[in-house]
Amino acid sequence: MSMTTRLIPRRNAFENTLESGLRRLLDTRVAALLTYPHGVDNYMQQFDRRWSLNEVRASVVNTHAQTADTVTVTLRPNANWKGFAAGQYVRLSVDIDGVRRTRCFSPANSAHERGLIELTCKIGPDSIVSRYLRDRAQPGEVMIVAQAEGQFALPELRPERILLISGGSGITPVLSMLRTLTDEGHSGPITFLHYCRSAVDELYAADVDAIADRHANVQVLRCYAEGLGGQLHGVFDADQLRQAVPDYAQAETFLCGPPGMMQAVQAAYDSQGLSDQLHLEHFSAAPVAIDAEGAEGDVRFARSERLAANSGATLLDQAESAGLRPESGCRMGICHACTCRKTAGRVRDTRTGQISDAGEADIQICVSVPVGTVTLDL
Amino acid sequence: MNTSNHFSRLTPEQFASIGAELDAIRNEVLADLGERDAQYIRKLVKRQRQLEVGGRVMMMLPPTWPLGVAALSTSKILDNMEIGHNVMHGQYDWMGDPALNSKNFDWDSADTAKNWKHTHNYEHHTFTNVLNKDHDIGYGLLRMSEDQKWEPRFLANLPLTVLLHAFFQHFVAVQNLKLEEVMIYKTKSRKQLAKEFKPVWKKMRKQLGKDYLMYPLLAGPFAPLVFVGNVAANAARNVWACAVIFNGHFPEDVEQFPESVVENETRGQWYVRQMLGSANFSGGRLMHIMSGNLSFQIEHHLFPDLPAHRYAELSPKVQAVCEKYGLPYNTGPFWKQTLSTWKRIAKLSLPGRGKRNATPAASAIAAADAPLPLAA
Repeated sequence: MSMTTRLIPRRNAFENTLESGLRRLLDTRVAALLTYPHGVDNYMQQFDRRWSLNEVRASVVNTHAQTADTVTVTLRPNANWKGFAAGQYVRLSVDIDGVRRTRCFSPANSAHERGLIELTCKIGPDSIVSRYLRDRAQPGEVMIVAQAEGQFALPELRPERILLISGGSGITPVLSMLRTLTDEGHSGPITFLHYCRSAVDELYAADVDAIADRHANVQVLRCYAEGLGGQLHGVFDADQLRQAVPDYAQAETFLCGPPGMMQAVQAAYDSQGLSDQLHLEHFSAAPVAIDAEGAEGDVRFARSERLAANSGATLLDQAESAGLRPESGCRMGICHACTCRKTAGRVRDTRTGQISDAGEADIQICVSVPVGTVTLDL
Repeated sequence: MNTSNHFSRLTPEQFASIGAELDAIRNEVLADLGERDAQYIRKLVKRQRQLEVGGRVMMMLPPTWPLGVAALSTSKILDNMEIGHNVMHGQYDWMGDPALNSKNFDWDSADTAKNWKHTHNYEHHTFTNVLNKDHDIGYGLLRMSEDQKWEPRFLANLPLTVLLHAFFQHFVAVQNLKLEEVMIYKTKSRKQLAKEFKPVWKKMRKQLGKDYLMYPLLAGPFAPLVFVGNVAANAARNVWACAVIFNGHFPEDVEQFPESVVENETRGQWYVRQMLGSANFSGGRLMHIMSGNLSFQIEHHLFPDLPAHRYAELSPKVQAVCEKYGLPYNTGPFWKQTLSTWKRIAKLSLPGRGKRNATPAASAIAAADAPLPLAA
């Protein structure tokens, strides 16, 4: 993949003053009334798509592919961007073939790099957004980004001893932590333990090495499942961790990776009574077991007057199969974009297995499977 | 042509296959929605905003005043017809863009989006041309159906029609309030009316404040120029929108239906009623865009939530269905449909049923729909 870069010219002080003046002028009740009912944004965006009074809009600086099945995108957000805490994620919305698609990605860059957002996205067989970012996104293209969210983040009061464990493309939030910590001159020991299939599939290898070269307190350990190289081999297991990082019990651990690996790490920490020291991000949802056999009843989409036999899939999938296009985002219960009113029926939360009350409630339809007949206000 | 002919002539199987054929046309478009539609509507919004900004600026200076009025009139027409009306029908909801979503969109009109979606999307599109259910038949102001009982106030049918055209946005804004129920039939209390008027007034006030206070003030010494220009632009939009809408449902051959028609109505029968209750007018691409593609009123009533710029492509397919089942496809030049509409309004200002007495549609269908076996 070739690197496509377009330099965005720096603006001078005069331009900045002009823009902040214009912004103040447009952020008034008079401006709101003059542009009623469409709003200031709607007019300004006809001239500059990045412009908005409140919304974060970002332009693509460049895209490049580090490995065969990932894409790295650098975005330059507008002035509304409030930055992020290392480890948090953003919701990125892209218009693809006329349809706005929203997905969650964790920035991989340092939280101290205020004007940029760097995302690395894995491209799976069904990845519409990541595939678009790799194959079709152009420098200068404008995308919509929501302010960063998520509890998975470095605590304000940085722990002294830090262990970062990542697997595959789960490297992004923990790399952001590593970059942020080294940027601010963190003095405590940091171990960066990364799992991936082989050296060819490893993301950010050179960047991580460069950090380790510059910072004596950073130890990098790589574990490849296949092929040569790396300090460790195979997949995660508790003994291996004990040998490789003997003092891991003294560290605050930040973990992000594929579901199987996350479960293994969690189990190891739980058995040692260390679960309080383990902080984790479910980067991809554990696959939902679709129980088509046990699926009973119907799904009623009240507002659209559609009725479908319960297929056992999530309500979001079932709504989409019924031809509806409900708003959705992460499809893993994080972003709440798909939250929708359930007016009757019970649902099972695919993450916890918990079954809801039969009454009215707002539910996240991407992680809810109907248990019997369910009515949604959709 | 009258209703009884078609509703009694077609068999339940024929209604079912008309339904299936039109559903197939609809599904084909649904499966094909994409970049083309998104680009179309975004480009149109862009043009509208440019025309509006340009128009409002040009209106502030005497030499460019006429151009400014023309640009603002055009922008208001685009905002209401091809953008507002169509977006609020949910034609672009599939894009997932909050700015083009029927739930969020509001237009440059005195009418609130919420009220409009009720009287128009629900009442008018579900009960198209059904007497007492589709309030668009006369807007509570005019006698526009042979089956509407004559009252002395309808002697003023023609001047009231002129008035409706001139102040269309405000009549539409209060349409949901059903003023005639308070003023004429006394079936609604003034208290209820006052309550319903509150959100309407809130929107009206902002619209009036914008066009007749804020923008004139911005023009300083040329305030009167801007004031008059806005009156002209709003009037141009009003007259045009009203004329387009009247042409869509009230030329002489367009049918109206008694309430009984909607009981147990099948999808096929609903489709047929939409076709019999609507009329198109011919024109070029500009005419179609400026009328919000309501020049394809028949296609719009069959598929109100498909992007309207597609109607022109669907028209031959719809005509083929009409031809196959011997149904009329009412179309003609704009002036002809307008003339026909005004003739009907003039006739209906006098008591009696006019020419239509010869073919009493309502009684015939009342008799016809009883034995009509209904498909599931």
